[in-house]
Amino acid sequence: MADGAHDAGLPRVARVTAPASAERDAGLPIVARGAGYASGTTTILRDIDLTVTRGQRICVIGPNGSGKSTLLRLLHGLLSPTQGSITWGGRVERPPRHAMVFQRPVLLRRAAAANIAYALDLAGIRGSIAELRVLAALQEVGLISVADRPARVLSGGEQQRLALARAWALEPDVLFLDEPTASLDPAATRAVERIVMDIHALGTTIVMSTHNLAQAKRLAGEVVFLHGGRIAERTPAAEFFRGPASAEAREFIEGERL
Amino acid sequence: MHKNAVRRHNLHSSGAKRVSTLVQSLLVASQMIASFDPKLVEIVRLSLAVSLTSTLLAACIGLPIGAAVAVARFPGRGAVIAILNALMGLPPVVVGLFVYLLLSRAGPLGALGLLFTPEAMVIAQTILITPILAALSRQVIEDAWAEYREQLKSLGSTTFGSALTLLWDTRYSLVTTLLAGFGRAIAEVGAVMIVGGNIDGVTRVMTTAIALETSKGDLPLALGLGIVLIVLVLLLNFGAQATRSWAKARFG
Repeated sequence: MADGAHDAGLPRVARVTAPASAERDAGLPIVARGAGYASGTTTILRDIDLTVTRGQRICVIGPNGSGKSTLLRLLHGLLSPTQGSITWGGRVERPPRHAMVFQRPVLLRRAAAANIAYALDLAGIRGSIAELRVLAALQEVGLISVADRPARVLSGGEQQRLALARAWALEPDVLFLDEPTASLDPAATRAVERIVMDIHALGTTIVMSTHNLAQAKRLAGEVVFLHGGRIAERTPAAEFFRGPASAEAREFIEGERL
Repeated sequence: MHKNAVRRHNLHSSGAKRVSTLVQSLLVASQMIASFDPKLVEIVRLSLAVSLTSTLLAACIGLPIGAAVAVARFPGRGAVIAILNALMGLPPVVVGLFVYLLLSRAGPLGALGLLFTPEAMVIAQTILITPILAALSRQVIEDAWAEYREQLKSLGSTTFGSALTLLWDTRYSLVTTLLAGFGRAIAEVGAVMIVGGNIDGVTRVMTTAIALETSKGDLPLALGLGIVLIVLVLLLNFGAQATRSWAKARFG
């Protein structure tokens, strides 16, 4: 249980419905063109050109204050760019089947299972299908045994796993994760990483920010390196960790090694 | 010198007399409370009925207003918050006068014949404490909204849905808000005096009875009611605090 393994004795439950498929509008690709974001007079992001396509596993890395969180919020549609544009599958409205897990999980004052049911209800999923999905999601993250416990008294690691279960139950086409392990211990971090890989394996596109290079190495298919509010480079992960193309990224990795 | 000494002696003796009056009144008051004096019980019952009803009605109006103002963004929102905060300090006598004018025979609602009834007192207290509940709940819900906003938006919640979710999620903090409103309602004298008229057995509540009995010189009844009033307010606040800490431990 230390790393959030499945509850003993329970078989793994497959997704209750089919994963993201072509016949449904998945809000992909996400295309940012010359997107920027300024808050007041402070420019946080500028000249962002980025395309996210189906099935990718992107890690956004960069130093603190480089704009990682803001980039994720723009791509998720929580913020609107103050320059340029962002489209989802060619549309300008935020697609409903994109989910996000935040650095500090925001859970409602109700039972763990009810937190997932709440999200499903908002997505229009109710009744026995919702019940099945709640159980499947709790089992996926190893929280079946605390299904009826109030969500806010769970440990930090359990809360983040519950937030992941909530996202998992929604079967999102894209899952954004904003430094989801920044305040977790190594065991809880491993549990979160395993769940993220499981969610990706079911067809969900992953966009995750982290300032932990080792984590990016373990998870990333591609790396987007942010520096000073700009994308310094975007490289396949293997290539990036062999030797980044940009001077800023080289410096960042050097700093990490010291 | 001699004159002064005499005056001092008089002062002392009248002071002693006052103390013995207080002690005597306290004794009689505690007897009345202990024996559930019917007059006292009736006054306490009406006070509770009027103020609890007002609090319930004010909650039905004030909490949705508080939640809406906390969550919605609209032009003039700052002014609305300033007005709500200012209305928290509404003078009860002015509210009483306003409701009196509404309900008096010549007033717009005069036909209802509500003046000098408990219903009139409920209306006045509801007007008095609705802004309190709205302003205090607005603050509580807005603090929660700052934490929940992005997550609820990410899940696709509408502004209206978010307001309802926040009302439910802050329910234990809102208990304190309700108590603040109830405390104000049951302790105010000006509004119920004007619109209720302090009619014995009909609209006489604790505060108006205390004012009347004190001016008549029936200190034991006034004191007995005063003790009941203070104990009630204390108990309610202990209850609210216990509820909150229990909820905090139980639900986080």
